[in-house]
Order: sequence, then C-alpha cells, then structure tokens
Amino acid sequence: MKKIELENRKISGLLEDYPFLAAFFNDNGLEIAGKEEHTLKEYFNRFDEDEIEDRAIDVENIISQIGKFIEQMISFLGKDEDHVKTISIMPGTNKSGDAESFEELVIRQGEIICIVGPTGSGKSRLLGDIEWVAQKDTPTGRTVFINGEVPDKKWRFSSSDKLVAQLSQNMNFVMDLTVFEFVELHAESRLVENKEEIISRIIDKANDLAGEKFSPETPITSLSGGQSRALMIADTAILSKSPIILIDEIENAGIDRKRALKLLLSEDKIVLMATHDPILALMGDRRIVIKNGGIYKVIETTEEERNILSTLEEMDRTLLAYRTKLRQGEIITEIVETEEMTVSV
Amino acid sequence: MNLVTISGPPSSGKTAVILKTIDSLKKRGLKVAVAKFDCLYTDDDILYEKAGIPVKKGLSGALCPDHYFVSNVEEITKWGLDNGFDILISESAGLCNRCSPYIKGIKAVCVIDNLSGINTPKKIGPMLKSADIVVITKGDIVSQAEREVFASRVNTVNPAATIMHINGLTGQGSFELSTLLFDESLHVDSLKGKELRFPMPAALCSYCLGETRIGESYQMGNVRKMKLDD
Ligand SMILES: Nc1ncnc2c1ncn2[C@@H]1O[C@H](COP(=O)(O)OP(=O)(O)OP(=O)(O)O)[C@@H](O)[C@H]1O
Ligand SMILES: Nc1nc2c(ncn2[C@@H]2O[C@H](COP(=O)(O)OP(=O)(O)O)[C@@H](O)[C@H]2O)c(=O)[nH]1
Ligand SMILES: [Mg+2]
Ligand SMILES: [Mg+2]
Repeated sequence: MKKIELENRKISGLLEDYPFLAAFFNDNGLEIAGKEEHTLKEYFNRFDEDEIEDRAIDVENIISQIGKFIEQMISFLGKDEDHVKTISIMPGTNKSGDAESFEELVIRQGEIICIVGPTGSGKSRLLGDIEWVAQKDTPTGRTVFINGEVPDKKWRFSSSDKLVAQLSQNMNFVMDLTVFEFVELHAESRLVENKEEIISRIIDKANDLAGEKFSPETPITSLSGGQSRALMIADTAILSKSPIILIDEIENAGIDRKRALKLLLSEDKIVLMATHDPILALMGDRRIVIKNGGIYKVIETTEEERNILSTLEEMDRTLLAYRTKLRQGEIITEIVETEEMTVSV
Repeated sequence: MNLVTISGPPSSGKTAVILKTIDSLKKRGLKVAVAKFDCLYTDDDILYEKAGIPVKKGLSGALCPDHYFVSNVEEITKWGLDNGFDILISESAGLCNRCSPYIKGIKAVCVIDNLSGINTPKKIGPMLKSADIVVITKGDIVSQAEREVFASRVNTVNPAATIMHINGLTGQGSFELSTLLFDESLHVDSLKGKELRFPMPAALCSYCLGETRIGESYQMGNVRKMKLDD
C-alpha cells in the first residue's frame, strides 16, 4: 500500500479491514479510543513536539512501519498453500575440506530423522544449515532445497515463517500464566480464528501424553516436568507453523514419547532428533551419522533394529517400574518379570 | 571499514553474541575490533582481549552511556580506520530504554533476551524500534511458544527489522548474523555530518547538574510533575 494512500485512511476503516492493527497500536503505545474517525495523518499530526519526544514516536517512519506490518500480516494469513513436503540436502565438505560422499539427502513430511555423532562433530551445524536454508554460504558449503527448489528468502528473514521449531530440553516457563492463558497468548500471536477450539485441543492432547492430568486453570509454573513437556509438544505440534520440529532429546519421564512423536507426525511435521538414546534413535526412520563435520552415513532403521527396539522398550518399562516402586517407598528385593510390574505402574 | 552499532539492555547477551559472531567474521579473514561503552563498570574488555580482539573501553560515569557514545564515536571510528580494521563493532548498554545510539546509514543491531518478558518489546523505545536487526537471545531457556510470542511482539514494534535468534552460549545462529554485518558498500571514512536516527531525550534539570536536595525550590530547568489529581 502506498504511504499517501495509507496516511489518508481513517483508523476505523483500517481496523475494519485489518483487525490485527489493534495489536500494533496497542504494542506501540498508541491509544486510539475516541480517535477512530481520524485519518492516520490527522492522528499523528495531533501529537505536539513534547509528546512526540516523550513517547519517542518516529513520525517519519511509523506510517511506513504500519504499511509493512499490514503487508506481513496479510501474507501470513493468506499462506496455507505453501506446504513444505521435502527438504533436500546437497553435499558440501567436512571439516578437512573433503567432499561429503552422499549424493542427495531427501527428507519427507511425516519422517523422523535422527542425527547422531560425537560432540563437536557438526550436528548443530547440520541443523543450522537446514534452518538457514544454506546455499553454499555456510562453513559446510551445503545446499538446501525446499520441495526440490531454491527456497524463498523469507525462510531466512521472516519472523513468522520459521522453517524449524525447537523443543528444548529445558522446560522452564518464565511467564506467570495459567495453562489456558499461555496457550491463548500463543494462539493470538498466530492469529488463529477458532481460538477456543484449538486451545482445548492442545490441552486435551497434552493430557493424553502426560502421566498425570492437569486442568486449563493450572499455573504453568506448577506443572511437573513431564506435564510441561507434554504441553510444549502438543502446543508446538498444533500451533507452530514451522514444518520441521527439532527435538533435542525427550527426557524419559512422565511422558509417552512414542505418542508424542505420533502427534507431531499426525500434524504433518518433519521430525529431526539429536539424540543418543537408543530407544528414540531406533524410533526414527533413518539416522544421519555425522563425523568430522560431514554426513558420514545415512542409515535406514532395519527390521532387526525394530525388533530390538521392542526389547529395549521393555527394558525401559522395567526400569520405569522400579523407579515407581522407589518413589512409592517400596523396598526392592528381586528382579520381577516386566509384565507383572507394568500392571502396577 | 564498516561500523556496526550493537545495543541492548544490560545482560541481554550482547558480549556473548559479539564474541561468537566475531569468530565467524575472523574465519572469513576479516579484521574486527570492538569499542565497548558502559556506565560504571565493565569486564567485557577483558573478555574481548582474551579472545584476541582489539578493544577500546569507555566508561561514561555520571553520563548516559549513549550520550557518551555519541560524543566519542567519531574518535573511535578514526581509531578503527587508523588501525586498518575491516569492521568496528560498538557495544553499548541501553540503560533507560529511551536513548539509542544508532546513526543513519550505519548498521544498527539491538540485542534483547527472551527472559525479559513478553511486554518488554513494548517498553523499549528507539533502541528496539529503529534497529535494522534484532537479535533475540536465551531461547534455550524458554519454550517454543514463548519464543514465538516474543518474536511476534518484536515484529509488531519493528516490522522492518530482520529478527535473528541466537544462543549466546553455544553460538547457534551467530554465523548467520555474521553474514549480515559486513558489506563492502557500507564503507565509512568518517562520521562527520552523519546524524543520529533518533534524538536523545531532552534532559538537563538541576539534578542532572549535581543537585541532591529534594524540594521544589531546588528544582530548575526541565522539570515536570506527575498528575496526581482525580
Ligand atoms: N563441515 C564443516 N566445515 C567446517 N566447520 C564445521 C563443519 N561442520 C561443523 N563445523 C564447525 O564445527 C564446530 C562444532 O560443530 P557443532 O557445534 O555443530 O557440533 P555438535 O555435533 O552440535 O556438538 P555437540 O554435541 O557438542 O552439540 C562448529 O564451530 C561448526 O561450525
Ligand atoms: N542460557 C543462555 N545464556 C546466555 C545467552 N546469551 C548470553 N547468555 C548469558 O547471559 C549473561 C549476560 O551476557 P552478556 O553477553 O555479558 O550480556 P551483555 O551485558 O548484554 O553484554 C552471561 O552470563 C551469558 O553467558 C543465551 O543465549 N542463553
Ligand atoms: Mg550441538
Ligand atoms: Mg557486555
């Protein structure tokens, strides 16, 4: 929209066409109550010099900022069709400058990919290359394509179109809100229309994943580790627009990890996991092995590994059952068959 | 030489981000130096020195570090030019959330952290609103939802800025920032005649000049009273 055109529009009309501008005025400390019938130009002309200085209003820029904001929001609201179906990685070089030996690595929607390798080997760099949609301009020289094509610049620079959402290890919340308010805040920032419905879906799903249930009125700061993790996963799966979810380990406490992954996949995400937990690593479809900064191998999870996975899961349940016993103040006397013990969990 | 001004609230992660970003700039063979402005105290110069980065430090003492910055930036620029640096980065802590040391035509970066609370973007003035790049740190400590909400609030107060997420501890994201900082065409020879992006607040009351006594008869200059009636 042209600046002159925008300047001469009434605030009421603008709010009608672009309701999200209310947040813009509010967050920029601009009260508009009672001034709706002014044009933008009239509105800003009303401030005298003192007020402009006091409130640090940048009169020169603010109208173009409003224009920019409207453009961004419109493109944000209108873009449901550009789904990310595949991410392709073309080889670069490892830390010694040798070419990586794979030809093209294609990751598809609905896949779980694990990234393994020793510390300092370049796992984070690979994730960084994906997030920054590398075009031979990162230390690895890799190239990343989205849906087989050279990606749009927005993946690098737009604040609303992030390629990767990250579920961090750390599950502290710094806000003092109830579960409902917290999810609501997120939903509002994503400008979703059916807010109430989405919020209750997220809370239901989170309760599905968590061992102990919590209500929408629970303060987020009093959620247990498992509950917070469950809420974060459900929230990210359902509200985050990012097509790729990066998981830095999921701790094995108070949450059903298999279901959590299923939930993410059911929302058409690509899941990347940096993990050394054999259970998570074998839940993946493939695993990328990083060595000396380069992709050294891409291993498809074998049938045999999947069978081993169920044994590992059983061992995991046994451990968990002992943990529960300890927690309940029992004394452990012998190794009991898993089946028997899981009943009491 | 390119001059880059980096500003942000205290402890938002400016030094951490600058150190990691310089690592990447150095790998490209660029010579980088830092000018550090603070108020009463800083250890940052030691950190920069340890990392082998040439650094000049200025403590503003009783003055606002941003006012002090503007009075010294030309000399600092000359120091950078004389020493043949490719990039000179200035680090200064915005203390009152109102001042901002950004200069028209000079790249301006604001560093704020996710921990400062989602209403913080509203409260920070030109330091955030007129920056070209906003770096958000400490994403590792908060949830994805909080990161997204925070970034969208930043975007609302500065829709024109490029928003970058950087982890100051691991440096994740700093390589990406480094690619945005050096631009041959933004070479500066001198700052003479350049202008601030935003005027600093008009101050100067008797307390600015050292008055310590309380009471109306001691107040002179730019004094304003709260409205308490109603
Ligand atoms: N192919 C490469 N060429 C040059 N440098 C590289 C390459 N891959 C990684 N690096 C560099 O090596 C360093 C370590 O990599 P990175 O941080 O990605 O390791 P990591 O596997 O994530 O380690 P950790 O397990 O400790 O998190 C980084 O500075 C990164 O930029
Ligand atoms: N967890 C975490 N800590 C950070 C991050 N960035 C900086 N810090 C820490 O925050 C503190 C303040 O950082 P510093 O760079 O000195 O801030 P400055 O005052 O803005 O220069 C230091 O202890 C840093 O290690 C980050 O991304 N995550
Ligand atoms: Mg890493
Ligand atoms: Mg510092």
